[in-house]
Amino acid sequence: MDLTMIQIILVVIVAFLAGVEGILDEFHFHQPIIACTLIGLVTGELVPCLILGGTLQLIALGWANIGAAVAPDAASASVASAIILVLGGQGEEGVTSAIAIAVPLAVAGLLLTIIVRTLATGIVHLMDAAAKEGNFRKIDMWHIIAIIMQGLRIAIPAALIVAIGAAPVRDLLTAMPAWLTDGLAVGGGMVVAVGYAMVINMMATREVWPFFAIGFVLATIPSITLLGLGGIGVALALIYLALTKQGGSGGGGNGNTGDPLGKIIDDY
Amino acid sequence: MAEQLKLTKKDRVSIWWRSTFIQGSWNYERMQNGGWAFSMIPAIKRLYKTKEDRAAALQRHLEFFNTHPYVASPIIGVTLALEEERANGAPVDDKAIQGVKVGMMGPLAGIGDPTFWFTVKPILGALAASLALTGNILGPILYFVLWNLIRMGFTWYTQELGYKAGSKITEDLSGGLLQDITKGASILGMFILGALVNRWVSVAFAPTVSEVQLDEGAYIDWDELPGGTEGMRTALEQQAAGRSLSDTNVTTLQDNLDSLIPGLAGLLITLLCMWLLRKKVSPIAMILGLFAIGIVFHVIGLM
Repeated sequence: MDLTMIQIILVVIVAFLAGVEGILDEFHFHQPIIACTLIGLVTGELVPCLILGGTLQLIALGWANIGAAVAPDAASASVASAIILVLGGQGEEGVTSAIAIAVPLAVAGLLLTIIVRTLATGIVHLMDAAAKEGNFRKIDMWHIIAIIMQGLRIAIPAALIVAIGAAPVRDLLTAMPAWLTDGLAVGGGMVVAVGYAMVINMMATREVWPFFAIGFVLATIPSITLLGLGGIGVALALIYLALTKQGGSGGGGNGNTGDPLGKIIDDY
Repeated sequence: MAEQLKLTKKDRVSIWWRSTFIQGSWNYERMQNGGWAFSMIPAIKRLYKTKEDRAAALQRHLEFFNTHPYVASPIIGVTLALEEERANGAPVDDKAIQGVKVGMMGPLAGIGDPTFWFTVKPILGALAASLALTGNILGPILYFVLWNLIRMGFTWYTQELGYKAGSKITEDLSGGLLQDITKGASILGMFILGALVNRWVSVAFAPTVSEVQLDEGAYIDWDELPGGTEGMRTALEQQAAGRSLSDTNVTTLQDNLDSLIPGLAGLLITLLCMWLLRKKVSPIAMILGLFAIGIVFHVIGLM
């Protein structure tokens, strides 16, 4: 479908917000479930974009910027694939191929964010100069410019995709044979594992592996919802922490409550 | 006696809001330093009046800094307390301030990453995604509202905590509380990850393992049914009674795997990915590889 001028402007604004959040990681406008839904909202293709966002969110669950490492870029993946989904005009049918496009886009976005983070090195040198003069306004200004750069990182490619227009995007999507889109859907089901594996590798210790097993087995009972599983998980963690403490201070009993957390809270 | 310099609540709220943008000028040289200085500006304005003092303070806060963006808040709080003491004449030198910052950012990032990135985000994300997949708009709304409530509550509360506790917070945090939070978060995180791997990694093997001809009476004999709606009703009744829809019982490879435990194939793929990651295979390569495998296996009829 073709977008009106107002819709195009709104799409570019959403893209800008996603780009900014791609670095800030605060409000989470760049998370697929938010970014895709917003694109869907402003273009009137809410439901297909919502489903796209949900699917991408599952793939991106484990993507996180840790230390200096940069994760595949959720912002560009979600914004660009949602725009392509809308332009393609296939509705929910197009979700699978949009996801297939999203992954290479996440890599492209990763390269862009590395470029912008390198450019920001120059900006902090300008901040150094401003600091020497004790100039607050200049520091504010350079910081805001750096943020705007990150926003443009997504807004410009988004505008380019819109400019290419519906027809080439649609041609690209319809040119994809069924074996390819179906195969990509099969792959998409497995790709989620990579994100989980990244997270597990960060957290796993001999001590916490049993909890993984319990979670895995309980999840086979379809009637327990995720929220319910969350409740069980919190309870297990609390029980475990309480039991380890009893083991440590057992037999002490000199009026010690054995609750350092409560003690710290009391002290404040 | 000279008037005591004190940060007002308005200053602290403004610092808190500015700290939202702490990663804005993230760079490969000193990482979050620009955002850190940007956050400290209201305090520097309040506490230092001469140009020299202000310039020195700004330069001091443009030193290297990097941690999880949300747990920067308690560090900001402590730094505010230290800066306040310094402005009032206490012997707090640049080294002490930088030392506190660097000393806290490592261990606190150790809480922030597992708690926010690996526990809260996957749980909220999976919950919201499961709603969104059914076309329910509540998914994204729930994610956005809950995430930001948790984040803003956490950053404001811990910034205030750091400010009030001053330099004492480092001691407290290196004690039991820090360990409890990290351990609790990783227990909950691993538990939920187990569940997510089971529910959301979907692998379906297509090949048929066996076809068994069923005995008469074990399946619905479509030719024998009465016509019209009467026939439909009989068919549905027979199905509810446990009769099979066709006269053969088809078992696929997937059914066999599921009878061990549903989700086994997904688990194996996850473990394989973990192993590959430890072998330093890039996650991007693995994602593209899995798509390629999906296409190939689908074309040859395995999935």
